[in-house]
Amino acid sequence: MNTLWMFVKAFVVGGLICDIGQLLVMRTKLTNARILVLFVVSGVVLTALGIYKPLADFAGAGATVPLTGFGYSLAMGAIEAVNRYGLIGAFVGGITRTAAGITAAVVFGLLNALLFKPHAKP
Amino acid sequence: MSRQPFTPAEYHELVSRLTPPSRMLRGYWRAFWVGGLICCLGQALTLWAQGLNLGEVTAPMFTTGCLILLGTTLTGFGVYDQIGKYAGAGSAIPVTGFANSVAAPAIEFQREGAVMGVGARLFTLAGPVLAYGIASSVVVGVIYWLVRGWVM
Repeated sequence: MNTLWMFVKAFVVGGLICDIGQLLVMRTKLTNARILVLFVVSGVVLTALGIYKPLADFAGAGATVPLTGFGYSLAMGAIEAVNRYGLIGAFVGGITRTAAGITAAVVFGLLNALLFKPHAKP
Repeated sequence: MSRQPFTPAEYHELVSRLTPPSRMLRGYWRAFWVGGLICCLGQALTLWAQGLNLGEVTAPMFTTGCLILLGTTLTGFGVYDQIGKYAGAGSAIPVTGFANSVAAPAIEFQREGAVMGVGARLFTLAGPVLAYGIASSVVVGVIYWLVRGWVM
């Protein structure tokens, strides 16, 4: 039951965050790239303001899987690294915490380009 | 006398006035359920990671890595673009969409070569995201350092 509730929370919160993106797609003329940048920076800012961590604790993957969650990891990493290393931590923490994701994207992206041929646009 | 209720122009005006609400609602619904489902998949991966006794920091890394592998692979098979056409932001906003934004241009620009084609195009969308994401995290870190210095 507890597990089911966790999935419901992830589904609803994740879906709603995506709907904010959908709102921007349909109501504004922002390009995709701008929306993605906006989401990551919003994640960083909301984490710094102490808003995103409670949301992530509540919704789990519903808050960490959308791109705002990438911003959350960046900001949390920076803050924790400052606690450990002082000022230099601000330059260390963000990438350290997100290294797995960034590296996975680059490596799998490269592999993909080796394995697959271009598709016709749907 | 047969009365024509609408001229074609009026008819088109009426159609465009009446269709958007339902089409928009459909867009929100599609983004909602596809986005929610991807997050549930992430939740399942997180549970699995916890079962493997990965720590609080490494478990999310495992989840992200798996989702990115899924995103790039589906992009390679041309499936993710189809999902994107259906779900809009529902597939673009989750981290699988980030993976798609890395993999898709790399595949598309193979012809421009391994370095300036694949290597550079990997970052067409990821570049701005990383640049502003990392820069803002540094700003947050520096502000946190200053505030902490003040308080203590």
